[in-house]
Amino acid sequence: MTNSSWAYLSNYLIYSSMAVFTLAFFAHAYETAWSVRTPELESTPKTGNTLTRTMDYTRTEKVARIATSFMILGFLLLVAGVVARGVSAGRVPWGNMYEFSITGAMAFCGAYLVALRKYDLRWLGLPVSIAVLLTLGTAITILYRPSAPLVPALKSTWLVIHVSAAIISGGVFLLANAIAATYLLLDAMEMRGERKAWAKRLPSLEVLDQLSYRLVAFVFPLWTFAVIAGAIWAENAWVRYWGWDPKETWAFITWVAYAAYLHARVTVGWRGRKAAWLCLFAGSTFLFNYVYVNIWGSGKHTYSGL
Amino acid sequence: MSEQVTMQELGAGSLLRFLWRQLTSMRTALILLLLLAIASVPGSLIPQRGQNPMKVREYFANDPTVAKILDRLSLFDVYGSPWFSAIYILLFISLIGCVLPRTFEHFKAARALPPLTPKYLDKMEYYQFWSGGSDQLDAGRTWLKAKRFRIREFEGAISAEKGYLRETGNLFFHLALILVLIGVSFGALFGMKGEAIVNVGERFTNTPTTYDSLSFGKLFRDTNLPPFVITVDDFVAKYNLITNAPEDYTLTVSAVSEPGTPAFQKVIKVNSPLSFGNTNVYLQANGYSVNVTVRDSAGEIVLQGPIPLLPQDGNLTSLGAIKVPDSQPQLGFVATLLPTQARTKAGAGISSFPEALDPELLLSIWKGDLGLDTGIPQSVYRLDTSKLAKIGLKSLKIGQTYTFTEGSIRFDGVTPWVNVQIVQDPGKRYALLGAIVAIFGLLASLFTRRRRIWIRYREDGTMEVAGLAKNGAPGLENEIRDLVADLQKGGK
Ligand code: HEM
Repeated sequence: MTNSSWAYLSNYLIYSSMAVFTLAFFAHAYETAWSVRTPELESTPKTGNTLTRTMDYTRTEKVARIATSFMILGFLLLVAGVVARGVSAGRVPWGNMYEFSITGAMAFCGAYLVALRKYDLRWLGLPVSIAVLLTLGTAITILYRPSAPLVPALKSTWLVIHVSAAIISGGVFLLANAIAATYLLLDAMEMRGERKAWAKRLPSLEVLDQLSYRLVAFVFPLWTFAVIAGAIWAENAWVRYWGWDPKETWAFITWVAYAAYLHARVTVGWRGRKAAWLCLFAGSTFLFNYVYVNIWGSGKHTYSGL
Repeated sequence: MSEQVTMQELGAGSLLRFLWRQLTSMRTALILLLLLAIASVPGSLIPQRGQNPMKVREYFANDPTVAKILDRLSLFDVYGSPWFSAIYILLFISLIGCVLPRTFEHFKAARALPPLTPKYLDKMEYYQFWSGGSDQLDAGRTWLKAKRFRIREFEGAISAEKGYLRETGNLFFHLALILVLIGVSFGALFGMKGEAIVNVGERFTNTPTTYDSLSFGKLFRDTNLPPFVITVDDFVAKYNLITNAPEDYTLTVSAVSEPGTPAFQKVIKVNSPLSFGNTNVYLQANGYSVNVTVRDSAGEIVLQGPIPLLPQDGNLTSLGAIKVPDSQPQLGFVATLLPTQARTKAGAGISSFPEALDPELLLSIWKGDLGLDTGIPQSVYRLDTSKLAKIGLKSLKIGQTYTFTEGSIRFDGVTPWVNVQIVQDPGKRYALLGAIVAIFGLLASLFTRRRRIWIRYREDGTMEVAGLAKNGAPGLENEIRDLVADLQKGGK
């Protein structure tokens, strides 16, 4: 196959994965919406009308499993799309913002699926499928660039090491963020009274709190490694290992923010709301780096191709 | 650790001690970390002198009042500013104040035995009991030993502890951060950075005078420059035929580490510099020199050789000045090189490809006073035409000569040049070592679970097992379940 047919194949696969993620989205939405209707009004002569709150998920269980299968299928198609893109360019598919985005979506979805094996996280499928769809949609419409070889400074093994570590960390950070955001949402809901029907199925606040912490603690070393690998590469390509380039600066900010988060939890004993806000803050520095610095920032890391 | 410092203590103790405790408290560490993150932000939004001096000058030109205010706050130089330094210095003092005492404590604790089994085990996070036999205690000991718990036995009870590695890793992590900081500062104080343009075929000797520009740290000495010599043998640039974007640069040099040692050949690429110990030689940029021969009206050669020009665009249209101070009158040429000459529809000359496939040299010729004797430093790439008169305009292909009243100029050919950047950083090894230790420390610290397990056989025949995990680390429940299953299977 020629390079351009690999590129076509890649686009085709990306579109297919988007179609499958759309199905996953609908299945997850159906599953969530269905549980809202479960509470039933019961009339008994003695007590009058009572709203029973016993949930029955057996009916949504099947849809939920289908949703997860769609997520897995979409993920596999996405992986194939990313790989084909790499083959078409004869390199790792991390040369411009379009490629970063599809790989990032892949990492995020992958982080979700891996975490799903260990934790009861299926409820996150809805936001995850929305986020993945939005990312892929923007990528292929706005950020798309034809497949091309790399500029010389990007030709390095360190690119592979540094960028893959950064992208995986990013996927997990965003997952932790999604969980922290859910925490705050449910927390606000519980402050006002009871959880809404659809939210009853979601884990308790303590579980969410622990979960986002575990995810961060798990990838923080990887992010540290990504920053160090970046520094080693910069030392080879740009003459210095640290130059306070905007991208480097924001990577540093993210690192310090997560270090602060871990400190707050482990040594100062922050839990719950405060910790969730700090987690969101740290995660948004990562997103900011990705969106703002890639597109509007100046500096040496201007590979977005925009 | 001094987490709670009350005002009462202040009354009793000295102010200094109070401040020290405050500084080394966990809360302060957290605040300083958050401050450090926030303080790094402006430097990525406002142009910085160290990264982008041009943009800073632009800022001053566009908006001098605001620029002056920003400058007073060191906002064009955030990462060297007093307030930024204050934050990280405080953070590191806090770090040292926190970590050193903990290191000693941990050193003691690592050799101490686990604490005795408490009286009431049922208060623990995990607790189970059943009626068993004393042989189960032996089975428990074996199990714990196999899992490499640290064990202390006392009156029919075993207390066991595991996971000291967590604290060890944590201490190594924090200590390694100090090493990173030392490495970075060391490099800034004792390092140097410079660059030079070298034509293919020419030699570069590592002495201060051969640099085009050179800057060094406060404690750097000239004698710290390693005495290497490199000769640029060859430079090949490959460009994409469709997009004209660079695809590969290969610089081949012969090098001598110090006079008297054998020469060796080495290929330098954008991502792989040539190293002499702490000193790296990088390929930074490339361009063209034009080889010209200038004669005076008598036909004597007054200038010959490659003159480097500076690239102006992606197709390496290059601009520079040829200055001939030794002719009468002095001559100057503003030179534009089009490596692959082409014409726009309007007829203007442009370069259509970065390789020198069909070079054309455009010259505007001036005579008069070059202004070299005024003592004011001049750029070698710019002709100061204030005291010069224009006498001609000409474009030349390789081999062509243009003759004018005051003399002639011949375009002999094109030689590529490379810009090498030479950086000496004696601190980077320490920084790298620190970074590696930090990662391993972090891994050890975040993936080790510290926990205690107790097994007791009571006189009445009750077996008790209890456990406690520090920081609510997960997994202890399963571990206890395994242990209990093992005991109940092994003993009776
Ligand atoms: C350069 C600034 C610092 C950074 C980047 C940093 C980073 C971290 C990180 C990532 C952790 C989490 C590791 C774990 O959970 O075991 C941690 C834990 C910890 N840090 Fe720091 N830290 C810094 C400064 C400090 C300072 C100034 C102190 C003391 C005042 C301190 C004391 C501690 C302690 C006691 C722990 C928890 C150990 C444990 O119980 O597991 N750190 N630090």
